Amino acid sequence: MLHSMINRRALLKGTGAGALALGSGLMSLPARAAGLTIGILYVGPRDDFGWNQAHAVAAAALKEVPDVTVVEEENVPETISVAQSMESMISLDGANLIFATSFGYYNPFMVDMAKKYPDVQFRHAAPLWVDGDPTNAGSYFGQLDQAHYVDGIAAGLCTKTNKLGFVAAKPIGTVLRNINSFAMGVKKVNPAATVQVIFTGEWSMPVREAEAANALVDAGCDVLTCHVDGPKVVIETAEGRGVMSCGHNASQAPLAPKGFITGAEYKWETIYKDYAAKLAAGEALPNFIGGGFDLDFVQNTPYGAAATPEAIAAADTARADVKAGKPIFVGPLKKQDGSVLVAEGASLDNYAPELNGTDYLIEGVVGSIT
Amino acid sequence: MADIPVPAPSFAFSEVLDRIRRSAEYVVIPLLALAASAVLFSVFLLFLGKNPIDFYSLVWRGGFGTSFSWQNTLVRASPLILAGLCVAIPARLGMVVIGGEGALVLGGFAAAVIAIPMVAWSPAPLTLLMMMIAAMAVGGIWIGFVGYLRHYRGINETISSLLLSYIAVSILNFFVEGALRDPSDPNKPSTMPIGPDTMIGAIPGTSVHWGLVAGIIACIATWVLMNRTTFGFAARITGGNVRAAMAQGLPVGRLVLVSTALAGACAGLAGFFEVAAIHGKANASLIAGYGFTGILVSFLARHNPLAIIPVAIFLGGIDAAGGLVQRRMELPDATVQVLQGLMFLVLLVSETLYGRFSIFKAKGA
Repeated sequence: MLHSMINRRALLKGTGAGALALGSGLMSLPARAAGLTIGILYVGPRDDFGWNQAHAVAAAALKEVPDVTVVEEENVPETISVAQSMESMISLDGANLIFATSFGYYNPFMVDMAKKYPDVQFRHAAPLWVDGDPTNAGSYFGQLDQAHYVDGIAAGLCTKTNKLGFVAAKPIGTVLRNINSFAMGVKKVNPAATVQVIFTGEWSMPVREAEAANALVDAGCDVLTCHVDGPKVVIETAEGRGVMSCGHNASQAPLAPKGFITGAEYKWETIYKDYAAKLAAGEALPNFIGGGFDLDFVQNTPYGAAATPEAIAAADTARADVKAGKPIFVGPLKKQDGSVLVAEGASLDNYAPELNGTDYLIEGVVGSIT
Repeated sequence: MADIPVPAPSFAFSEVLDRIRRSAEYVVIPLLALAASAVLFSVFLLFLGKNPIDFYSLVWRGGFGTSFSWQNTLVRASPLILAGLCVAIPARLGMVVIGGEGALVLGGFAAAVIAIPMVAWSPAPLTLLMMMIAAMAVGGIWIGFVGYLRHYRGINETISSLLLSYIAVSILNFFVEGALRDPSDPNKPSTMPIGPDTMIGAIPGTSVHWGLVAGIIACIATWVLMNRTTFGFAARITGGNVRAAMAQGLPVGRLVLVSTALAGACAGLAGFFEVAAIHGKANASLIAGYGFTGILVSFLARHNPLAIIPVAIFLGGIDAAGGLVQRRMELPDATVQVLQGLMFLVLLVSETLYGRFSIFKAKGA
């Protein structure tokens, strides 16, 4: 007992001393860059074909900008690790701007760090910043439901069975809004079609995502799309079962050479490059910014082999319409339970605040939230 | 681990020399193992086309090289110390409990739940005390139940604790996404926040929370319990040979229950600090895998409560440095896990070396 206690301590001292010798003897650490240093934290792997990859693609584009150094950290869990990694980027890498890309990074971690380091800018990829939060913090987000709407237009014209499947993570506001927008696109071009939804209950649960995708194909769906962190499994399952697919978050086109139609992608590059330019010019960064096609924050994946010329034409038109401000949610429109969401002749603006609190599915969507 | 009985104190010079000789074995072999794993990992890095010297100097800088790095390391080590104890205490009785994650998650959940009705009227210290008691009680019952199943129902504690941890995670998710969900947060299901006034601050002058101090105290208390009390003596006898312990009339059932409950209370306490010092509420962020890293900590420390402290700090340091390694060398996050895995493997293999070198043998033995 006593022996092993002594030896553990000595062991650690020993390794410490060894490492010190190494460190002091060979100070070959990369030097801190002179210009702007931007730190980006991801909650998952950078090559997940999904949410994290969408940010990583933008980070790669940001690295091309002169005098900008980008430091990245992946798989940072939503724990105190977030604060520690941010602080490490600031104190060891000299980061001037931090992009925190996962929902749970905001409060308390990013807010605390923003208070502790008032000279560093912090921006978070979800609409969470409110007046009263630190002014060196802020939110940026893309309205991906606009791109899902365009997906729905294309998918509604490609389907032959008039059944489309949607694999969704959790029944929360943003997810429900994407499902509804996709369904609005489908309904607009193909009123006979239905969208069937299965919730997996988790942001990332590949086994259940595969089960859900298979179940939807078994139920007759010939187009699948999804809102999960990493759409890889859903898209690959669809391709394997010989049905078509629409992507989500990042480009999954390489995963489905036969069945890919198009996809709803973020274009964070627009925001990241803009912020880098603003900081370099000494301008202030906005605290709260969100947009869709109008601000070039979202995009559609280049059309795949399954997209018909008719679908491509309709989708291109729909995208131009949304970009010009034409509403997605147009009346008459009912919720699943039959209550009126939008009256005949009325419409909801694409940035209407009440859409942020979406807690329903619209009529024509098959599947239950609860 | 087999404990070598410490001979009666004697100050004869040769005995002191023998003692050092025997102790040295426990220092030199793990050091050699660490060095061997470092060499193996260097080969791995060379295959990736990276400079191992850059890597180790970055690990040093990111984990221990600056005062910030030290704080980073200690913050990450804090939950690992208590999670490690959850494995180490039952290990003295020969039990391999790997479900500390469940006790940690439920302990944190219990702490958050009991605070909900209290924050409105209760002074912060009372709320915190009740949260701590709730967390330790729930964690203790959870792993205590594993001990009960083991002793009275003959159910393997390794399997049952692992499976129970999945149930614990489901219980948390069920309530956090259902009845106890804070309606003001539509996108990240969480319980109602305990509020900034109730939260435990950091140790003054640092960013390290008080969980570190609690962990160190718990380690010392466990060491005293296991090495300086009749309870600990009985527990170690039971761990050595349960039949012999029963034949001696030792209350094996009680020992198993108390030890597993204490282990669970430690994990529950880790959950309490996650809620009271970091998150301020219970949500899926509690499921961070600390309970599972605790298994690694305890095994590397050979289930010695005092050794858990430096081992947890060592692993916390590697974890803290992982980010810097990723950023500067553009290596994937899994790189540090490869290093940890190699260290664990080589240390386990090195167990077979004990007693094989005559240089460590006591002359008189």
